[in-house]
Order: sequence, then C-alpha cells, then structure tokens
Amino acid sequence: MPPAPATQPVIRFDGVSQVFPVRHGSPVTALEGLDFTVARNEFLAVLGPSGCGKSTLLRQISGLLRPSKGSVSVFGQSVTEPPDGVGIVFQKPNLLPWYNVRDNVTFPMRHKYGYVGKDDRRRADELLEMIGLADFAARRPDELSGGMQQRVAIARALLLDPDILLMDEPFSALDALTRDEMSFELLRIWQERPKTVIFITHSIPEAVLLSDRIIVMAPRPGRVREIINVDLPRPRTIDTFSAHRFSALANHIRDQLFTIKPKV
Amino acid sequence: MSRTDARPRPAVFLLRWFDAAMPVLTFVVLVLFWEAVVRVFSIPAFLLPAPSAILSSMVSVDVGQWAKHVWATLRVALMGYVLAILVSVPLAVALATSRSMSRSLYPLLVVVQSMPVVAIAPIIVVSLGAGDLPRVLIAFLITFFPIVVSTTTGLMATPPELIELSRSLRAGRSREIWHIRLPYAMPHVFSALRICTTLSLIGAVVAEFVTADKGLGYYISFSTSNLRMDAAFAGLALMVTLSLGFFRLIDLVQRVLAPWSRVKG
Repeated sequence: MPPAPATQPVIRFDGVSQVFPVRHGSPVTALEGLDFTVARNEFLAVLGPSGCGKSTLLRQISGLLRPSKGSVSVFGQSVTEPPDGVGIVFQKPNLLPWYNVRDNVTFPMRHKYGYVGKDDRRRADELLEMIGLADFAARRPDELSGGMQQRVAIARALLLDPDILLMDEPFSALDALTRDEMSFELLRIWQERPKTVIFITHSIPEAVLLSDRIIVMAPRPGRVREIINVDLPRPRTIDTFSAHRFSALANHIRDQLFTIKPKV
Repeated sequence: MSRTDARPRPAVFLLRWFDAAMPVLTFVVLVLFWEAVVRVFSIPAFLLPAPSAILSSMVSVDVGQWAKHVWATLRVALMGYVLAILVSVPLAVALATSRSMSRSLYPLLVVVQSMPVVAIAPIIVVSLGAGDLPRVLIAFLITFFPIVVSTTTGLMATPPELIELSRSLRAGRSREIWHIRLPYAMPHVFSALRICTTLSLIGAVVAEFVTADKGLGYYISFSTSNLRMDAAFAGLALMVTLSLGFFRLIDLVQRVLAPWSRVKG
C-alpha cells in the first residue's frame, strides 16, 4: 500500500450505516449515518457505552463486514475485502498456545504467506526487543502475565508493518495498574513507529490520555455524538492525568455520555 | 508446595510416600479381600475363582499363545481406531465448516450412532463374512462417533477473534483450518482419542464374541463356555492391561506431539 499523500485521509466513513437482520424480529440498526475521516498517523479513540457499535465500526474498516449503507474507504479505496496494511489487537491476547512467543509474533507471516523467513524472525526479535520481551522469545504464552501477553499481541499486529492499527478495547481485560502501564507503553511504541491508530474503549481517562481526537458515540442506534479534539501536549506522561485540561476534557465527555439518557 | 509446612521432615516424607502408594495399596487390599472371601466361604471356582487361581491359570498358558490372542485383538482394534481417525477428523472439518454438510450428515450420524453395536455385530458378520473386514468395521463403528463429536466441538471452540484475524489476513479457508482450527481442537480430539482406546478394544472383543478362532474375546467366551472361569478372568486381566497400555500410549503421543494441549490450569 503506497503511503497516502498528506492531504488524503487514511480512513474515510461516508454516511455509513449497518443494519443486522434479526430472525423473527425487526432488523437492528447497529450504526447510523457515520461521517468522519482519520488523518495519517492520527491516534483516534472511539468511546461509548456497550451496544453503540464500536466493534462493528472496526470490523468495517478491517473489511470483515460490508456496511449496509454508505462506504468505508481505506487509502482512498472503498473497502470490499480485508485491506493490506491493517493490524488488529483484540480485547484478549488470543495467542496460539502451541507456539512460543516468537512464533506467535511471526504467525501473521506464516498464516498469510505460508512461510517464515530469517528476516521475519529478525523483525519479530526487534519487535520483542521494543516491547521489552526479548528474553521471553522462546517461552510459551501461558508462562507470561496478562499484560505481557497483550504486548506480544501488539507485536504480532505490528509484524507486517501495518499503516493502520485497530485496537478493540485492548487493555480492558487487564487490571487497573497494568492498564495504565500499557497505555504509556503503547504511546511509546506509537511515537517510535507512527501509525494511524483506531482505539476502541469505554474508559474516558484512557481515551483522553492516549488520543488526538475522540469520537464519542451514542447507542441504539450507534451514532456519532461528538468529535472532540484532545489538545493536550505530547509526549503524554503520568503528569498528564493531573493536568487541569485533562479533567476538563474528561468531565466534558462524562457530561456528554450522561445527557444521552432519555429525558422524561 | 507450601513452604510454611510445620510438620517435621520424616512425617512429610511418609505422607508423600503414602499418597503415591495409595492407588496400589487399594488394589492390593482389594485383591487380598477377594482371595480371603473365596477361601473363607469356599466359593466354587466356576462361580468366582480366587486371584491365585487366575494367576496360575495365566502362567499355565505359554507366552506365545497369549501373544497370539493379544495381537489378534489389538490388531483389529488398532485398524478400527486408525480408520475411525481417518474418517472422523475430515468429517468433523466438513461438519464444522459447512452448514449444509452438518444439516445433511449430522442426523445420519446420530442414527448410525444410535444403533447398538452389539446388536448389529452379528448382522455385519453375516453380511461381510468372517475375515478382518467385519471386525474392523465393528471396532470402527463404536469408535468414530466420539471422535466426530469432540473434534467438531473443538473446531467450533476456536476464539472468533482468531478467525477474524485469519480473515483480515486473507489467509484462506484451508489455512484457517490447518493453522488455527485444528490445533485449537487438539485438546478435544485427544480426550476423544483416549476414550476411544477402550471403545475400539470393546469393538474388537464384541466382534470376536460373534465369530473368531483367536483373540482375547474369543479366549474369554471359549473359557466361559467350558466353565473355566479362572481362564476367562485371566483373559479379562490381560484385556484390562492391554486397554490401560493403549490409553497410556495415547497419553504419551499427546505429551510428545501436542504438550500444550494437555490439562489447562
């Protein structure tokens, strides 16, 4: 995939809706009228309560789901099948228990092309070095802690050097302390290897800490409530949490999410 | 192991030893009890032979004879077992990946499974003659269904995210099955394979009950018909040993080929 010119958005949603047919019932609208673009190397958080179609949106970008209406394009091309240059990280690490850590990182290569070369293994080792797990290359996934496993999952997503990194609540299965640690880890990786990141979360502080922009979603049907620019300086550190602007943004989002409740 | 164990060392050692010896001790006590009951109540040998009588009956037959019978049964069981794996695993892949296949084949499989093997064994023998084929078929019939069901369950139990990962890489259906689904099914496959060690031997023995001139099943039924209960029990003891050995073999195969698929914490 050639790098997009600076003017062209990496991802574009054009009036995207997603309707799921329901057996013995009226169809469910998961997403309605989504219009937004994502710039190159932007860190975009998508925030909202459960059932607002956050994951549906991700599956549309990764080409696993065709929108019922409108179009999703990646690098100016309408997504009709899974595009190249997209890495995915899920809520759970989903590592393969029969491979060691290094082979888990090289798995996308083996799976897509059927072989793993010396270069791929070297690249995997570099990635493991970057996430601080170089010493664990030969270990089995179940010997690693949850946070370490999720870091391996991130390395796996980065193996094919994607331009876009899709993350579906990647830290929500981790304990609170590991979670913050992982956030800074992710920021460091993103600084080192800039990518366009779509980060799905239902944690307000996490969204504010990490992203350039936040799409706040409203549920049933899932739609964009507001798009917020996070004008906090980078690099973000542990001090960012105590910045006045941080709490102001977080409070604003909290208000947004609570006003969605139907008024009587 | 707890580091705060306050017991003096010898006591801990004894406890561990006792723990390890427990199963053997239970068995020995049971056999001794059996021997005592038979002697005290003078139970006739044609009703229940004493363990000592069974043992002397076992050693009275020479090793070559036993080997002949054991091999005859094991051979049929193994052929049925391997055939069941060769048929069941691809069948499970078909069932797990194609809705139309599972809609059309699954009811048929359930019907086949519902037929008691003991009841159809004589029919199969009459239709197919007295060679290896009917015996292998009987061993196969009793073995294949658990493998199909377990493998299908395992193939379906793959985390959906990994399937999405596979699709997002456009890796193709066959790689999805080979690289992800089948390895994920391994714990399920092996639990079925373990159950089926015993089942395949049961199938072989049932076939020998119907018609055979050698094999442990034949030996047991021949002995009972002559009221030689000590010999029948000797055959049974070998049968159990064979079954346990087969079971352990599959355990070993799993340990070597797929160690990660063993019991999860």
